[in-house]
Amino acid sequence: MTQFEVYRIGPEIKVGAFDISFTNASLFMVISSLAILIIFNLGSKKNSILPNKIQLLAELSYSFVSKMISDTAGSKAKPYFSFIFSLFMFVLFCNMFGMIPYTFTVTSHIIVTFMLAAFIFIGVTVIGFIKHGFGYLKLFVPSGVPVVLLPLIVVIEIISYLSRPISLSVRLFANMMAGHTMMKVFGGFVVSLGIVGGWLPLSFSVALTGLEILVAFLQAYVFAILTCIYLNDALNLHH
Amino acid sequence: MFKRIFLYSLVTNFFFTKKIFAAESGGMPQLDPEFWISQIFWLVLTFGVLYIVLSKLILPKISANLELRKSQIQENIEAAEKQRESSEAKLKEFDGIILKSKIEAKNIFKDAREKVIKNINSKKETLDKQIDDEIKKAEVEIDTLRQSAPEKINKIAVVTSTEILKKLIGAEVNNSSISAIVDDLVKKNGDKYYGH
Repeated sequence: MTQFEVYRIGPEIKVGAFDISFTNASLFMVISSLAILIIFNLGSKKNSILPNKIQLLAELSYSFVSKMISDTAGSKAKPYFSFIFSLFMFVLFCNMFGMIPYTFTVTSHIIVTFMLAAFIFIGVTVIGFIKHGFGYLKLFVPSGVPVVLLPLIVVIEIISYLSRPISLSVRLFANMMAGHTMMKVFGGFVVSLGIVGGWLPLSFSVALTGLEILVAFLQAYVFAILTCIYLNDALNLHH
Repeated sequence: MFKRIFLYSLVTNFFFTKKIFAAESGGMPQLDPEFWISQIFWLVLTFGVLYIVLSKLILPKISANLELRKSQIQENIEAAEKQRESSEAKLKEFDGIILKSKIEAKNIFKDAREKVIKNINSKKETLDKQIDDEIKKAEVEIDTLRQSAPEKINKIAVVTSTEILKKLIGAEVNNSSISAIVDDLVKKNGDKYYGH
């Protein structure tokens, strides 16, 4: 599993007891962020009525995310557009950069996805309590449920709510890791079966690459849209 | 031959593969907490910078661009609509002008026809009057001629009779007696000659 290994690039940096050295993971976070900033800066620099390719790309992404948010969370979610846009782009670019051979996939590390998911979870919970006060707890009490079942339902709802950051982070992490591992395994088969039998796993590997690119996009989309759905719960509170 | 190579490669590569996976044993690197703090730090840093730059600098510009384009397109559509309306109004006006001028032309034609007819009629009347006058004059002339004709004929008759009598009897005859005879004859037979 060398492709998932994190190693230090440059000197060891320590702040107090914490090691915050620049690693290959940090490198690809920086590369992804820079790529996003460069592309969208180029795409927003010049405003022509007939957009050029990069402007079209930036504007299509903008309207894509904007539509996604307004479809799932309504117009109240507009102040959080920038965050969800950055989140979607960050995850998408990290996933996509991971598809290039010999690169590192930032999102294949549980700690990264968990930090993102935990931040979203805490943020959404805080927004919910600010908007509705203790009325936000009504989220755990669905309407139209028989009183007898209510204690059970409330417990289930609370567990499902608390498991949101875990499911959100594990979904992305597991998808990225599984895809890359699978390609590695098929690659290993190509080596071990040699020139005689290696063609079959090689063709699988090629097909899997296409599938993985789809998964890379899809998982970024799912991550963003689930964030929107959680935000919708916090903003609109109808269960 | 091929079978042998295949089997051979399978057997040798089995150990080779085992060696590959053996080298990587040691669990998932994801669960090794050595670089967790570093990853969290760099995630917060890069994502924070990305969020701030996108939300403060880039996304407002894209949004403004989109708004501008939308409003410009809307403006153009409105302008086109306005021009269409104005052209329709102008077309209507044009139709009205054509209709009006058609009516005018008809009126002018009618007027002209009436005038011409009037003119013709008046000219015809004056001509008729002239003709009538001429006819009347001619009739009067004929009448006077007719009235004066018997006298002249009588005179001629008297003169010729006297001449004939002179030749026949060789003596002068009294004019007055002859004219009396002629008058008498005319009175008797005048109706036969003059159709009175």
